[in-house]
Amino acid sequence: MRHTISVTVENRFGVLSRVAGLFSGRGFNIESLCVGATVDPEVSRMTIVTRGDDRITEQVTKQLRKLVDVIKVADLTETSFVDREILLAKISATEKNKAEILRINEIFRGRIVDISPNTYTFEITGDEGKIDAFMKLIRPFGVKEIVRSGKIAVSREM
Amino acid sequence: MKMTGADMLVKSIKDEGVEIMFGYPGGVLLHFYDSLFNSGIKHVLTRHEQAAAHAADGYARATGRVGVCMATSGPGATNLVTGIATAQMDSVPLVAFTGQVPTNMIGGDAFQEADIIGITRPITKHSYLLQKADDIPRVVQEAFHLAGTGRPGPVVIDLPKDVLVEEGKYSFRENAEIRGYKPKLDGHPGQIKKVLSELKKSSRPVIYAGGGVVISEATEEIVAFAEKHQIPTTTTLLGLGGFPGNHPLHLGMLGMHGTYQANMTIHESDLILAIGARFDDRVTGNVEKFAPNARIVHIDIDPSAISKNIEVHVPVVGDVKRVMTVLNEMDKDAKTTHNAIRGKWLDRVNAWGKERPLTYDREGPTIKPQYVVEKLSELTPDDAIITTEVGQNQMWVAQFYRFNKPRTLLSSGGLGTMGYGFPAAMGAQFAYPDRLVVDVAGDGSIQMNIQELATVAQHNLPVKIVVLNNCFLGMVRQWQELFFQRRYSSTCLISNPDFVKVAEAFGVKGIRIENKVDVESGLAEAIEHPGPVLVDCMVDREEGVYPMVPAGAASSEMIFGPEKKEEKKLKAVK
Repeated sequence: MRHTISVTVENRFGVLSRVAGLFSGRGFNIESLCVGATVDPEVSRMTIVTRGDDRITEQVTKQLRKLVDVIKVADLTETSFVDREILLAKISATEKNKAEILRINEIFRGRIVDISPNTYTFEITGDEGKIDAFMKLIRPFGVKEIVRSGKIAVSREM
Repeated sequence: MKMTGADMLVKSIKDEGVEIMFGYPGGVLLHFYDSLFNSGIKHVLTRHEQAAAHAADGYARATGRVGVCMATSGPGATNLVTGIATAQMDSVPLVAFTGQVPTNMIGGDAFQEADIIGITRPITKHSYLLQKADDIPRVVQEAFHLAGTGRPGPVVIDLPKDVLVEEGKYSFRENAEIRGYKPKLDGHPGQIKKVLSELKKSSRPVIYAGGGVVISEATEEIVAFAEKHQIPTTTTLLGLGGFPGNHPLHLGMLGMHGTYQANMTIHESDLILAIGARFDDRVTGNVEKFAPNARIVHIDIDPSAISKNIEVHVPVVGDVKRVMTVLNEMDKDAKTTHNAIRGKWLDRVNAWGKERPLTYDREGPTIKPQYVVEKLSELTPDDAIITTEVGQNQMWVAQFYRFNKPRTLLSSGGLGTMGYGFPAAMGAQFAYPDRLVVDVAGDGSIQMNIQELATVAQHNLPVKIVVLNNCFLGMVRQWQELFFQRRYSSTCLISNPDFVKVAEAFGVKGIRIENKVDVESGLAEAIEHPGPVLVDCMVDREEGVYPMVPAGAASSEMIFGPEKKEEKKLKAVK
């Protein structure tokens, strides 16, 4: 099962390697990991997506809590949460298919962030399902490059 | 007040109450060692950095205080790694200082540079790379706090040279408050109550006590609980001494080389009270077959130890001593459960003890290693500190030496580090100059840190080393005997040096024992000698450690040595 884990950590060097090392040292794969500062500049938030059965995930969260630089760990999968990802996609465009590419982008409420004679670069924000759907539709036009941010997530207020 | 980083470091270490440290100087530490000179902190120069880490570990295990070691950058630091990993696996409070190249050279492959923080990351409780002298007091204070509290463990502080040279402002904080570190000491009262209701439902309970009992110093509380409810108690290797070995309820060690009685009791129990133990694979054997009918209560300070290897029914997270105190308090007015049912259980447990006690061939002409350990046990007082190396020597000590007091056995249990025992004995002897400290070694493992004879000679440190010399790497040889048709691949040490001459060359007294009749007098002579002694005891070459739970077997499926090699399958008696 897939788990989205939110980890609040001290914003210090070396913290990322401690967290990442915990996963690799136990043979757990990280599907995506995002880090950014929070309102408190001394604290960062990591959103980690990992796959494993409940026992493995429980062990991971316990091990994360043991790290001295980790302030809080929450397995969001157990609660209701909102997640978002950003996709930057550089797509080949020709005179013929331009209109259709732009139409797909519009349907997905994407933004054009760069443009060249033969390419558009789109910025799409959404949950994973939306990003995947966009990718599926746009791929036949010729993907030059894509970058996905990985997931960030926050729990819903009840 | 402005001070250099080196002076601040010495002051910080002193502020933590450190009286002794073990280390080895080097280029980047010159300023520190200069500040240390005449500081009042005793510094013991070991002859290899690994020994410094183990000596600090031995000091820590013997006293319960934080052990301190130090090594220079690069190879000095990497030589500490085995010692740090040993401490991590056995939850030993240790602060390891390592030198580092100047901050502006880090990452440049400078001379004697190693990323020791990166290297030790998975084997430390925490680590620090110092960046400015001002941070020294805070970091040292935090490091000692982290190492010594909660589930103890090693903390590394990496000291770039320029940080030791520059000047900073010394400040001392009252509390080492760390936001992300709040060990849970008090068990949840609801969970503790559940322990009692589990016990009430149980007719075949057993206590399985681990190293956490020793660390938390909860012997008294556990003995009281076991006595009140008449619960048979087994200990892990690191738990030996945590429950008195001469107590009628004590079953000896459990696990791979545990007693028949302990393993049968665990296997047949309907309730296991695991206290400060972690269900290590050397204890459980095949986890699928471990104690098939038992409910499991687990009391431990480390939440990540709960349900890690074995599914636990009633977890209690907290300091063992505190939890046991509350448990005894809640239990105060309850009636004792030493009823007819419990009596029946104890009869069965005692029958297992009589059926197959630990034994060996006492009649033959050769010196059996077990005999040496037994004699040592007879000749030494209860407060003697015994250290071991790793392998057969370690298991024979665990089986045949009677540990009646906590912190009297120092042994590398989790990592299984050969070369641990001798330096650990030095650390313990420095802590308790007046107590008897004996390292029981094998001829293989003693050679892993034998250079420390120079250290004990220098300080006339009266450590005794008893080498159970079978000219083999005995434990590996035993497995080759049992599972590889006696093909002794790379385990024969017939080319061993003359250990007596080696000792004498270092200025240490050497005694060789070659005949059974000389064992007792030889050991007595060593014990009475005021200085360090190495006893080279020529034991039966192919003696094995039994009983033994082979890999993959249930703990009830033990083998009992050459004469009874057939596998004794459990007769499930209900």
